[in-house]
Amino acid sequence: MIWRLFKDKTAKRFMQILTIFSLLTVVLMAWGLYYKSSPIIQANSIKELLTSSEWSPLAGKFGFFSFILSSVYVTALSVAIALPISLLTALYLTENAKSWVKKLVFPVLDILAGIPSVVYGLWGTIIIVPFIADVLGPHFVDYTSGYTVLAGGTVLSVMIIPLLVSLFVEIFSTVPKDFKDASSSLGATRWQTSRLVVLRKAMPGIIAAVVLAVSKAFGETLAVLMVCGNMVKRPESLFDSCYPLPALIANNYGEMLSLPMYESALMFAALVMFVVILFFNAISRIILQRVEKSFKL
Amino acid sequence: MKLKFIEEKIFNGLMILATLTVFAFFGSIIWTVAKTGFPSLTWDMITKLPGGGFYLGKEGGILNAIAGSLIIVFCSTLLGLIISIPIVFYINIYLKKGSKLAYFTRLTFDVLFGIPSIVYGAFGFTIMILLGLKTSLLGGIIVITLLIIPIFIRSMDEVAKSISKDLLDAAYSLGATQLETIRVVLRQIAPGITTATLLSIGRAIGDAAGVMFTAGFTDNIPVSLDQPAATLPLAVFFQLSSPIPEVRNRAYAAALLLTIIVLILSIAGRLIMNRFSKNRIQ
Repeated sequence: MIWRLFKDKTAKRFMQILTIFSLLTVVLMAWGLYYKSSPIIQANSIKELLTSSEWSPLAGKFGFFSFILSSVYVTALSVAIALPISLLTALYLTENAKSWVKKLVFPVLDILAGIPSVVYGLWGTIIIVPFIADVLGPHFVDYTSGYTVLAGGTVLSVMIIPLLVSLFVEIFSTVPKDFKDASSSLGATRWQTSRLVVLRKAMPGIIAAVVLAVSKAFGETLAVLMVCGNMVKRPESLFDSCYPLPALIANNYGEMLSLPMYESALMFAALVMFVVILFFNAISRIILQRVEKSFKL
Repeated sequence: MKLKFIEEKIFNGLMILATLTVFAFFGSIIWTVAKTGFPSLTWDMITKLPGGGFYLGKEGGILNAIAGSLIIVFCSTLLGLIISIPIVFYINIYLKKGSKLAYFTRLTFDVLFGIPSIVYGAFGFTIMILLGLKTSLLGGIIVITLLIIPIFIRSMDEVAKSISKDLLDAAYSLGATQLETIRVVLRQIAPGITTATLLSIGRAIGDAAGVMFTAGFTDNIPVSLDQPAATLPLAVFFQLSSPIPEVRNRAYAAALLLTIIVLILSIAGRLIMNRFSKNRIQ
């Protein structure tokens, strides 16, 4: 008898330690990245690192502004493309679609969510980049290589659509049916109900989902690395190439040990991404939990 | 016709259009990968190591990358399971409902789930420098394990949360300790564990940014933990940037292989979920 209780107590303690230790991963990651990037933070101020766009590792000048700007452009564009498509698809799936359509769409979304980013990158270089260079680009600018902000945004948008749609479907289905019934009994059409009741009620959830999608797009590496062109300059238009932060890290990991401060600079880039995404994720998860609770009552 | 009915028609059309767009993206990706990959996907590709002049278009295959990927995925999935099952069990069985620690653990893993693999890679790299490791199989396994633990915990927790309280009470009333209910719990969350495993394998095998820093790349099959290991996504990535068409064709074939693996995992996951969810006690 005592032996069984002892086993129970030991297991409990062991699992407790494991759980608490696993929580420390976040702290450890933050500390590790900060520790590695501290040389460059001490040499230049954080403000200078984030707002200067002078990038010449050989001269020891590390300004991240054009990379940050590239990341922001590509991410914003991807959300701008993916949001309307995902909202409409999710509304269709929850309000209108017949069950065979759902049975077809959900596996497709599953697969899209599972396709590795290198395959998205390959698709981007074969389909999207030539399309922009030969078909779309000539209408707007004199010359574009195709490896552009637009290409990055498009590929990223396809990558975040599965995430957005599945979150939206989940959120929309928490809107109580009574609300929708009340709306239709007042003579609203389906779309009016969707727009005035479902979307309005689901607004906090939608915002949280978008924030999650933003952080996914922001951190996506290989696909953007393959289609963005990776030129160190501020992108001026959709048809300019750009160089987002994750691409910078992935592209230079090989030679980063050969230059002083270079490793520290790349770790600083990783730290910036870590902090931004940690913050975004925490906020949106907390909102999502609130949303779920408020509807369950 | 009233304005609201016209509006309804327009938006119905737009919704269908949006859904078709998603299908179009899906079709385009699969079609592209299949069309470019199939012609080069030969038996030699899968069963041979890179030969001399492989990266100039001479003969050989990508067995090094396939083996590297499989070893990393197998080890880290195993490690991930061993670490995450106790955590899920602890926050669902030992901790009471509404416990602060459980809430905080879930939030943390939700957040960790969103951290991109390149950040894990950079973090893994700092650990390796700290420990004095070079790019190696071990480094890759550590990073991929860290990367998939949040996936394991989130998807198992989703199922474990809904374990019926009556079932646990029945076990307790028969005199079981909390630890001994693990047999009941494991049986109840078995489909969750299976789908979580498939999801993790999918993410682990497709991840490139994490292993780029930590596992490195090599033409050989690693035989010990301190040797570098090649992986499939990196094989695609490196060969795709080659100017030689034969080499690029191999990248296409490797990408097709990856996609097929992901397709199989995804379909298997769905089938298992459908089959087992019928037998659960709610």
